[in-house]
Amino acid sequence: MKRSIIEEYLARLFMYAAVAMVIYFVASVVLSVFMRGFPLLSWEMVSSLPGGGFYMGGGGGFLNAIVGSLYIVGGATVLGLAISIPVVFFLNVYLKPGSRFAFIARLAYDVLFGIPSIVYGAFGFTLMIYFGVRASLLGGTIVVTLLIIPIFIRSMDEVAKTIPTELMEAAYSLGSTRWETIAVIVRQIAPAIATATLLSIGRAIGDAAGVMFTAGFSDRIPTSLTQQTATLPLSVYFQLQSPSLEVQDRAYAAAVVLTLIVLVLSISGRIIMNHFSRNKIQ
Amino acid sequence: MIKLFSGKSGGHDNFSVNNKFPHPANMRLSTHSLSVYIGGNPILKHVNVEIPHNKITCIIGPSGCGKTTLLRTFNRLVDTIEGVKITGVVQLGDRNIVTAGPSELTEIRRTIGLVPQRPCPLPMSIYDNIAYGCRIHGISGRKKLDAIVEYYLRAVGLWDEVKDRLHSPAGKLSGGQQQRLCLARSLAIEPSYLLADESTSALDPLSSRTVEELFVELKKDYSIVMVTHTLRQAKRIADHVIFMYLGEAIEEGDADQVFNNPRHELTQRYLDGGFS
Amino acid sequence: MFILTISSLLLVVAMGIGLYMKASPILHEHSLWDLLSASEWKPMKNQFGFFPFLMGTLWVSGLALIISIPISMLMAIYLTEYSHSVVRRFVYPFLDILAGLPSVIYGVWGMLLIVPWVSNVAAPWVGRNTTGYTVLACGIVLGVMVIPLLVSLFIEIFSNVSHELREATFALGATRWQATKHVVLRKTLPGILAAIVLAASRVMGETIAVIMVCGNLAIAPNSLLDACYPIPALIANNYGEMLSMPLYESALMFAAFILFFVVLVFNLFSRLVLKKIEAQ
Repeated sequence: MKRSIIEEYLARLFMYAAVAMVIYFVASVVLSVFMRGFPLLSWEMVSSLPGGGFYMGGGGGFLNAIVGSLYIVGGATVLGLAISIPVVFFLNVYLKPGSRFAFIARLAYDVLFGIPSIVYGAFGFTLMIYFGVRASLLGGTIVVTLLIIPIFIRSMDEVAKTIPTELMEAAYSLGSTRWETIAVIVRQIAPAIATATLLSIGRAIGDAAGVMFTAGFSDRIPTSLTQQTATLPLSVYFQLQSPSLEVQDRAYAAAVVLTLIVLVLSISGRIIMNHFSRNKIQ
Repeated sequence: MIKLFSGKSGGHDNFSVNNKFPHPANMRLSTHSLSVYIGGNPILKHVNVEIPHNKITCIIGPSGCGKTTLLRTFNRLVDTIEGVKITGVVQLGDRNIVTAGPSELTEIRRTIGLVPQRPCPLPMSIYDNIAYGCRIHGISGRKKLDAIVEYYLRAVGLWDEVKDRLHSPAGKLSGGQQQRLCLARSLAIEPSYLLADESTSALDPLSSRTVEELFVELKKDYSIVMVTHTLRQAKRIADHVIFMYLGEAIEEGDADQVFNNPRHELTQRYLDGGFS
Repeated sequence: MFILTISSLLLVVAMGIGLYMKASPILHEHSLWDLLSASEWKPMKNQFGFFPFLMGTLWVSGLALIISIPISMLMAIYLTEYSHSVVRRFVYPFLDILAGLPSVIYGVWGMLLIVPWVSNVAAPWVGRNTTGYTVLACGIVLGVMVIPLLVSLFIEIFSNVSHELREATFALGATRWQATKHVVLRKTLPGILAAIVLAASRVMGETIAVIMVCGNLAIAPNSLLDACYPIPALIANNYGEMLSMPLYESALMFAAFILFFVVLVFNLFSRLVLKKIEAQ
């Protein structure tokens, strides 16, 4: 056989191996977490607060972390959407295609997207010190909001950019104002908003480094914005450091809950994308 | 233009730049009941044609008739389309192109060259664009390759224009130059057949004419199959014509006969501008 | 709208300035070179040597890239150049999941599987004895984490190569792999480099997964089986104590600033290259 053909088959073999490895990694990560944590999961775990301090053991669950994460993610998603939707419109409707400002803005969001969450955390922390705010639900929510704004903007902008200018021109030529044009665009990028939201929730709920500085940790459910709050990732991380096996078990169970949430988000994100891309004008 | 194909070049006694691969004599290219389906839809239906030697064969017909698919079946480039299925036979010498395995396929593609629709130089230098095909078919050695590159650049009349910048990127050439480079690249692996898919359509009139003249020169040594949209071009240069309509080869014959005295009513309607 | 756009843009600038201002006290006290090259980390004695942490980040990021680049590239080549669309529809969800899993889950995976593997299999194999919390474990975890990013970047880059160019190469008798190797990869080389730089910046900033498997030992590693202490781990591990000493806080903010600066430069470079490619 010719050398080039042998090389071809070898290359293919390596490619199959690479794909198999990636699938193996996915299975390995998900299954190892599930196998360790799933048997430990119980209704009590997800519905009660840790008893006797999270570090010491003494029964209970991690409801504090679930609720804390929901608070932060809910707040950040609402705030993030409120900020990024106008920005996407500004970039796509008010600025002409090829505008220098739009180029710089998009570049900046790309960069912000790449900045690690620990840096967001450190920056948020310095801000909080400056304003005299202590680690709290409020601080965590703000940092997570900053963290997910670039995700929102980038993923919505990606779709908004593909809206044909003819469509906008058609809307204009029918005598509609920019605001009415916006309505046209909203209909076009609605699925993108949905997927971007799911994506951001996934990122927000999994973020640990950003909230470590800014939200702190607490065994109770916060009752005001100024109280510290637990989050799921941090409850996994902190409880794994505990010498008590019971607390470690709780960490593994929390890891299962976190993985489940993220899996559901990622799968429904893809379903929405597939579903909507069929009847969207390309 | 420099005299074409002046036999040996470069002064290497035991190596001929234009006779470096084995050439089995008289490899006929023909199809027998060739059908091509893409995603279940028939694109070609039971096509039987034969490509004559040392002539320019033009495939004509309204758009969507399967001209390009037929052309791309000859060197199995249709394989790159997802969901493609080929039945029937494409005979090249004693080989069936349709059933060729990967190793045979590289050999077939060397024997049946392609000049692309739009110029697309490989992301390499001018020199390497010509040398690349020879290298992957096992020819090495600086001196041999130098001689080959010069010979084929001369053959397409590009040598004098680029001889001082052989090692600069091919992408910097003008469109017409790029297309001649692509032609030289195809010729350098010594195909017996040359497929051209509207190879002049993306060029300005002057470059287009240059390339067209080259094809006429080249038929001395190659059998050329062209797909063309412009009937005028076909009338200018075709020796042999295949008229296709809705995936079928309706009429095939000598250019004079097909253009002046078509046997089939559909051909007549097409020539009269009945459909485009 | 304009104000929102501008202010979200200025976040980059604000971050740089804010972190720099917080870092400046330590830069007044010690020279930049001293900070980066000294290896003693004793905040109580006013010794702030970042060398072990820089080396930790370098080792870990380097290893993660060495692991992830070949796998991601082969996978992206397979998905763009070879595979049937049915295969793609099957494989993409796996990449989605890999991309979506939070870093703490990767950390848990590292602790459950990779760290024991390093300590029970890899280290004894070369005759060493470790706890498993090493550069190797950290590099593997980070390498797997960054695969989905690299694959999606590579796929985007490879898809930008025109179909005609591939066909022209096939038409010369090149095999698919030859066309990939000689034409697609060569044509996309700048994009590939940009993607790798982007992945490097992602790996360098990863925090929680790293903390959980790196060993957190402030000594510059000398081999894959040494513990390490990358910069993000340094920041995250000490945030609780840093308020007690002004210089300590400044030192950690300096670490965050280094991270910010490197990631900023890497991102600017690679995004500009990628945008240029996209525009072609």
